[in-house]
Amino acid sequence: MAKQTLHWTDQYVEDLIGNLLRVGVTVAAGVVLFGGSIYLVRHGLAAPHYRVFVGEPADLRSVSGIVRDALALRGRSLIQLGLLLLIATPVARVAFSVAAFAMQRDRLYVVVALIVLAVLMYSLTGGRA
Amino acid sequence: MNIIEFTLLVWVSSLLAGFVGSLTGLGGGIIITPLLTLALGVDIRYAIGATLVSVIATSSGAAAAYVREGFSNIRIGMFLEIATTLGAVTGALFATKISTGTISMIFGLVLLYSAYASSRPRHERVGDCQPDPLASRLKMNGSYPTPDGPKAYCAKAVPSGFSLMFGAGILSGLLGIGSGAVKVIAMDQAMGIPFKVSTTTSNFMIGVTAAASAGVYLGRGYIDPGLAMPVMLGVVVGSLVGARVLTRAKTRWLRLLFGLAIGIMAIEMIYHGLTGRL
Repeated sequence: MAKQTLHWTDQYVEDLIGNLLRVGVTVAAGVVLFGGSIYLVRHGLAAPHYRVFVGEPADLRSVSGIVRDALALRGRSLIQLGLLLLIATPVARVAFSVAAFAMQRDRLYVVVALIVLAVLMYSLTGGRA
Repeated sequence: MNIIEFTLLVWVSSLLAGFVGSLTGLGGGIIITPLLTLALGVDIRYAIGATLVSVIATSSGAAAAYVREGFSNIRIGMFLEIATTLGAVTGALFATKISTGTISMIFGLVLLYSAYASSRPRHERVGDCQPDPLASRLKMNGSYPTPDGPKAYCAKAVPSGFSLMFGAGILSGLLGIGSGAVKVIAMDQAMGIPFKVSTTTSNFMIGVTAAASAGVYLGRGYIDPGLAMPVMLGVVVGSLVGARVLTRAKTRWLRLLFGLAIGIMAIEMIYHGLTGRL
């Protein structure tokens, strides 16, 4: 057991985290690009509408709505799914840090990372004050 | 102009913003929002939503490279992220309540300050290491590689660094930027952490901070996929290219030049905010 604790040095943990983030960004960018192609093929010739703010429809605001519509291969929902994956990479990083600090037997920082994770979760589930 | 042309235009603009942002160390976010609002007439709320996700992408994309250099301090970063994420959620909730004119003015002021801060020459402080009881209990002291071997450093003034980080979080959530400049000030100036450790730890923190406000923005319908797609893809490619060039280019006159250009954009943002023509 002591050997395993020794193995989880700061440098090793940071290497793992760095790779985790890079994979996350690459996958997210791929999904966004895929969804973007579908969106441009279907709607590319319409006129853009960003001068006036109307806000997004409910389907593109919630995690469940995005996933449901993305599975139906709707372009805008697929892009939104990619963006959701992108938002999830730092969250995954913090979640991973909780585990890594636990492996290092660093209780103080397990608590610190859990607090950060809780704030992120609050925001992702709607941030209702 | 149809959506294909608009998307291409936004993509190229974001590419340039990401490139310039990484060359100057300002980050793409603070350049892309004025570009979208002033030049392309996009509503500032859509612009901020789109920028926020690109900020996450550049931070996470660059983190792998920084980690390899062994400069960032994950404990300092994680502890201060409590402050930045709480600030970011607060800022994002504020952003949904105040007028776009006010947001535009605050953006202009922050832009002005960033331009000033980035045109100043960078210095490496050589601080003495007097262990601070609170920082030591939080295990914030560490060492970083230099040409003369590893050099130890001690953190101090944790409460003031923490407060500054809360402010950085509010700005990030309110304006959809990484607010790396304020984060570096908090660590480098207030807490006495070496500049290189501060900048890399700051970059590491930016993604988590932005994710905290991105959830709120997504839930409120401020993130439009059609706009965020070209912004994110453009900024990512631009900043990757910028990071490659950075190691070779002489950036001092570049920073001055871009500082000037950004100053002009800042004044325009403030003017538009005051006259309400945005």
